[in-house]
Amino acid sequence: MKKKRVIVIGGGISGMEAATHLASMGYDVTLLEKDKELGGHLLGWEKLFPTMRMGKDVVEFLNKGITLSKVNVIRKAEIVNAVKTGEIFTVTLANGNKFESDAVIMATGYDLFDARKKEEYGYGIYDNVITSADLEEKFLSGKPILTSKGNVPKKIALVHCVGSRDEKVGNVYCSKVCCVTAVKQSIELKESIPGVDVYCLYMDLRMFGMHFETLYKEAQEKHAVNFIRGRLSEACENQDSSIIVKVEDTLAGKPLRMTVDMLVLMVGMVPSAGTVKVGKMLGLKFGPNGFLKSMDQHTMGTITNIPGVFIAGTCAAPRPINNVFVDARAAAITASSYLEGYDIEKRISYS
Amino acid sequence: MKVEGKQAIWKEYQKDIAGDKYFYVRSCVRQNFFPGSETTFLRIMREELGKDIYEHPCHTTCTGIGYHGDVVPLDTMMTVVARQFALMTEAGYQNLVPSCITSFGIYTEVLDTWHHFPEVEAKVREYLRKATGREFKIPQNLAHASDLIYKFRKEIAQNAKFKLVDKETGKPLKVVDHIGCHYSKMFPEKGVGGAEYPYVLAGMIEDWGGEVIDYPERRHCCGFGFRQYLVQANRGYSVACSHKKFESMEPYKPDMILTNCPGCPMFLDKWQYAIAEMEGKTYGKDGYGIPVLTYEELAGMVLGYDPWDLGLQVHQVSCEPLLDRIGIKYDPLKKYNDKNGVSLGVPEKPSVMKVS
Repeated sequence: MKKKRVIVIGGGISGMEAATHLASMGYDVTLLEKDKELGGHLLGWEKLFPTMRMGKDVVEFLNKGITLSKVNVIRKAEIVNAVKTGEIFTVTLANGNKFESDAVIMATGYDLFDARKKEEYGYGIYDNVITSADLEEKFLSGKPILTSKGNVPKKIALVHCVGSRDEKVGNVYCSKVCCVTAVKQSIELKESIPGVDVYCLYMDLRMFGMHFETLYKEAQEKHAVNFIRGRLSEACENQDSSIIVKVEDTLAGKPLRMTVDMLVLMVGMVPSAGTVKVGKMLGLKFGPNGFLKSMDQHTMGTITNIPGVFIAGTCAAPRPINNVFVDARAAAITASSYLEGYDIEKRISYS
Repeated sequence: MKVEGKQAIWKEYQKDIAGDKYFYVRSCVRQNFFPGSETTFLRIMREELGKDIYEHPCHTTCTGIGYHGDVVPLDTMMTVVARQFALMTEAGYQNLVPSCITSFGIYTEVLDTWHHFPEVEAKVREYLRKATGREFKIPQNLAHASDLIYKFRKEIAQNAKFKLVDKETGKPLKVVDHIGCHYSKMFPEKGVGGAEYPYVLAGMIEDWGGEVIDYPERRHCCGFGFRQYLVQANRGYSVACSHKKFESMEPYKPDMILTNCPGCPMFLDKWQYAIAEMEGKTYGKDGYGIPVLTYEELAGMVLGYDPWDLGLQVHQVSCEPLLDRIGIKYDPLKKYNDKNGVSLGVPEKPSVMKVS
């Protein structure tokens, strides 16, 4: 009997893991990735919270899964069309190649929030305002962390919730990973720059994950990271390119004005351009925050309004890596049961 | 500082500004504060640019100061605004150009309110009909007068007699630009360049040869802020705001400050005198203050208009050092004469700040 075919769109964590499991279950799996390398955003991350293990270890684990399960990987795949005709999906690439399948996994991930939209923070204008992703790139390079003028920074502030929980930019949701990323990066900054003062400017700290709270405590007690409850109102540049930040310390009840050598913006997640593009092609529904919508928040996660299309990872909502793994495996299972003729919708008795 | 980052933002905040046939509404206070500015604006629009710009003798205040000072109710303010629209409609114009930033903010706020709540517009139409029997059309285009000077800045540059350049060194003058809060802070998309990095004045400075200074307290209020100044007990906040700005811009050694609001030039100009008297400190060169100009005065200056016709003699901070640096000629003996050449009397000199 001919193997049933699955196309997985997106070669980040969720796409790689879902593809691996589907292939290991005996399906003919094609993984389409727009970039030349698999791994997605994880490729740009040096260490991972809360254990500080290396991101490349996880990439290696994922790659091994792809190799061992013999997933057919198509890199630099630019999708120009994706349609369902009858029970068959056809995905067309810019080079004219077409792929057919019996099911599709959407694993198109997230984009980082464009920090330039928070104009008052000066990203892209002030030399020493960078994002959490830029900082991670610096960590990855192995070079010392220096200001734009090549000096060792003495004071660094990290701004939480940039592009998240912010009605002004249209994103009311929490991106989940930024708080703990700020804690992680604060510790790394303290460890890599002797004597540096690090300030986290936060609204409230969402340390929901196992061991996140421990990391937060460690940042305070062991590394003396300063946590100031207050949202940044604006950043300005001094003549020497240092940054003045204005924030209200809502615990002290006082406005705070501080000069720092570097300002790091903890950028959140937004639905990726690929999620929007391919989601529209397939006729998928989007939630109010622009991410792909599952059929029910409690009972039908990974299942979409189009039978045969399943969603995995951060194309559905912001998630940390451990949740993405679980989600990817769940998407693989729901796709498999669909391919074997199981109709989960029969269980729905509510409207 | 990466200028290209700002340029990307400027591109996102470009507004539609009508090319001709304007209905001009004056400010309540500018003719007292800076008496040559509005006249200069009309002269530039008509004589330099050949535009049709009309002002109606019956137009009134927009009530903005009273509205923001909580003494004029919203419905009253909207009905007064509706009457201005009615005068414009009756005169056959569709493009409204307020001189005042607060008026611009008021008109923008009213139009936005009516856009979202048509029933409020209907109610105000009824109020106006009952009170005056008038009807009106919504303006097709609303632009602040500084938007017009911005729009025609290159034409003004072509006709300019002077550039914002030090005639001795050939270097561009360093100019601080300060936008009125009600220009774009309430509705960023209605201002050229938006609210965080406004371009309306910066564009004029660049095209007329100067260099814009970006200093840390650039966004801070000038110190007017109706409740800071109009409530007498709060005036300490007013001067503290201005003081904060001067301290912040001082290291950049600005040659002048350019503004587009009635209040900003008033307070940035006059508080320099007050700070000098209180603290013994001045912020310009050699014991002078930093000249503060309106955009009409600056446009008139580069076009070679007589500085005394522009009204520069009523500034607290002397503009002569600036005129000298650019190479603009003036007659010091005529500084305090009226239009008929009769002396109006010479004001007393301050005890600290040097004046010409």
